Amino acid sequence: MIKKCILAILLSSSALASAADYTSIQADKSSLGFIYKQMGVPIDGHFKKFTAQLSFDPAKPAAGKASFDLDITSIDAGSDEANDEVSAKDWFNTKVFPRAKFESTNFKALGGNRYEVSGKMSIKGRTQMVSAPFTFNPQGNTALVDGAFIIKRADYAIGEGSWADFGTVANEIQIKFHFLAVAGK
Amino acid sequence: MTSLQQLNISNRYTSVAIGLHWLMAVLLMSLFAVGIYMHELPLSPWKLQIYSWHKWAGVTAFLLVLVRLAWRFTHKPPALPLNMPRSAELAAHIGHTLLYLLMIAIPLTGWLMSSAKGFQTVYFGILPIPDLLARNRELGNILREVHEILNFILIAIVTGHAGAALKHHFIDKDDVLTRMLPFQDR
Repeated sequence: MIKKCILAILLSSSALASAADYTSIQADKSSLGFIYKQMGVPIDGHFKKFTAQLSFDPAKPAAGKASFDLDITSIDAGSDEANDEVSAKDWFNTKVFPRAKFESTNFKALGGNRYEVSGKMSIKGRTQMVSAPFTFNPQGNTALVDGAFIIKRADYAIGEGSWADFGTVANEIQIKFHFLAVAGK
Repeated sequence: MTSLQQLNISNRYTSVAIGLHWLMAVLLMSLFAVGIYMHELPLSPWKLQIYSWHKWAGVTAFLLVLVRLAWRFTHKPPALPLNMPRSAELAAHIGHTLLYLLMIAIPLTGWLMSSAKGFQTVYFGILPIPDLLARNRELGNILREVHEILNFILIAIVTGHAGAALKHHFIDKDDVLTRMLPFQDR
């Protein structure tokens, strides 16, 4: 009897969870940051402006879709000097490529609250496949989404010319995201 | 061993003290010159490299001054010449104290400035030195000014220090300069 009750509760709660399709993110409670290494020194940066389109139901991850559009000119690369520099041609060339995009191609469940999204990342006119594991923690009709992945700046020609050498600025850049996803009505 | 020889030996600095003195003299002059040169460079890999080298050398100078102070407190330096006026003795003590204070304060302000500007100091690119201060642009700029002013005070005192040593040698004709010179016959 007790077992049946527990089962019923579990089923109903998972039914409730599956009813939630998260369709947007709350920009002021979300952040998109990165860490790069310069002469062995980790430096934090972030993008102040980005938008997201989302359709994700943790009960049906395979049907999930996400796309992000970020304003490269809103970058804070860790210092005024770096901010002035990164818009230049050798870095992001923001005059020609002011935006970067991510378009998901696949979501999969990794067990528990962990998922992985794969998709196409386009920066500076170059597109690469990336995958990012993330955790998804529902709280009422919102959910906290946290994840990180590594891109290689050379794949997108970020840092050309004298900056192309990885001795000063490392090739690997960790991207960290923290989103507050909101369930659609 | 004659008493004269004993007197000569006791009136020289120890070879460790002499070694540390000249090592730091070269290091601090280089750090000063590099600091002047690097701060107006346009951003480039070279600038990032030279800033890192400056910071690593600065941390090294800080560690060396600690070693020097430990040595100084455990090894009495030779006495000043007996015929020195009181005012000159006082000036020598104040000058030496200020030199030590600056050799401690300058690397500390450099480290704090770096933290406030958002760049952790990672010794030789391997050993991260914790940030005491969080990123704060205004504080970073103030510390930059303090670091610069202290350096110019250091250079003024070092100039006085070298001038005084030369005066001892050429005018007073005592051993104050030679007892700090390396490779002197005892």
